[in-house]
Amino acid sequence: MATDFFQFFISSLPNLMSGLGYTILLTFISITAGFFLGITLALGRVYGNKLVNGFCVGYIELIRGTPLLVQLFIIYFGLPSIGIIFSPIQAALLGLSLNSGAYQAEYLRGSIQSVESGQMSAARSLGMNKLQSIQHVILPQALRISIPAWSNEFIYLLQYSSIAYIIQVAELTAEGKFIAAHTFRYLEVFTMIAVIYLVLTIVSTEIIDRIAKHLSIPGIGAAKQINLRDV
Amino acid sequence: MSMLEVKDIYKSYGAVQILKGVSFTMEKEETKVIIGPSGTGKSTLLRCINQLSPPDKGQVWLDGEEITNPKTNINKMREKIGFVFQEFNLFNHLTALRNVSIGLEKVKKMEKDAAHKRAIQELTRVGLDAQVNQYPAQLSGGQKQRVGIARALAMDPDIILFDEPTSALDPELIGDVLDVMKSLCGKVAMLVVTHEMGFARNVANEIIFMEGGVIFEQGSPKDMFTNAKMARTREFLGRIGALYGEEETGG
Repeated sequence: MATDFFQFFISSLPNLMSGLGYTILLTFISITAGFFLGITLALGRVYGNKLVNGFCVGYIELIRGTPLLVQLFIIYFGLPSIGIIFSPIQAALLGLSLNSGAYQAEYLRGSIQSVESGQMSAARSLGMNKLQSIQHVILPQALRISIPAWSNEFIYLLQYSSIAYIIQVAELTAEGKFIAAHTFRYLEVFTMIAVIYLVLTIVSTEIIDRIAKHLSIPGIGAAKQINLRDV
Repeated sequence: MSMLEVKDIYKSYGAVQILKGVSFTMEKEETKVIIGPSGTGKSTLLRCINQLSPPDKGQVWLDGEEITNPKTNINKMREKIGFVFQEFNLFNHLTALRNVSIGLEKVKKMEKDAAHKRAIQELTRVGLDAQVNQYPAQLSGGQKQRVGIARALAMDPDIILFDEPTSALDPELIGDVLDVMKSLCGKVAMLVVTHEMGFARNVANEIIFMEGGVIFEQGSPKDMFTNAKMARTREFLGRIGALYGEEETGG
């Protein structure tokens, strides 16, 4: 029984590894693109004029108010009807990035606003312009504060990337479904898949925690773990 | 022409009028102390001077340039106006050294090494040469405020505005900060909002008594403490003197 499972595992390995590669690719690119989008949106919300702020709020609410799956369907199945065609992986990367950007924007906005207002006053009083103050004083503190929330976003994205299988991206879950459909060993396949996700999650959480500790400000300590998505 | 001219400043927050026409001048290297009851607009006045809260009406001139003119490069002017905050407002993520050097590096575009050297000089001047590599959260309140003063000094300002610099400190830590401020007397102009009557009496060239958003009375410490013209001034000084002590707090 055990050797049988082991052989099955070995024979599934190429597919699983290929799927894992796509899952990691989706997660890393989307979290990074979403981060830059999120920072831009958050700064727009906090420091932008009415127009900029309104645009950012509109975008964030639109994304957060609709299911990720629907967004992916619009990008992959909907846009071709107006002549915009993406490959599955392109559509998944775009959808996940745009989605994560909206969530990250809200975490970052919270962090930016939690930096005491006196920090901005002090920076401005030295003669820094607004941009310099944001760059050298506000963001370095806000980003540190947002690491715990960001860690959660990373894990969510890692797991939500499995939705991409529905638009034919051969990521981990899709590969699992493929193997299972050919072998009918659903329990074993999806247990393996679950374990891989679990290991990925534990490892990435540990890495992010270490980064947070490394970056923590002496005398203040690492920020407490808060799950903003559950608030 | 005076170095600093504050002309008829008005400021409201919503429906509440805080400043109702405040005017005064300051000369180079002069020390003036603003006293008055809470909520009377003393801090607002300081923030109007460096435009952290731009006034609704009135003008502020520094070295013959109108700060309140929208065409003036406010960042350039703020380099000449140091500000020391009641709550310190040190940059939490930077060491004492970097708190002092960051303005030199990013605003004055000084080389990093030169900026650090200058920062160490200023920190030594306020007695913190041993704390250069500590972060704000690792410093006592008095040490934080001295870093705040060093940060302002490093920019070589014409004037430093002090917004109740000792109000957030434990009593035993106030002395060190006042000593540093006294040592600056006559080297840089200082406009100090404070309840420290000992400092006002011994250090100030002039005391400005504000109440209800206007300057009620002003004069030399001697005149103000011994024969203020207004009964209200005498009453306030008597009460605040009993609370904070007319004795030299800084020793």
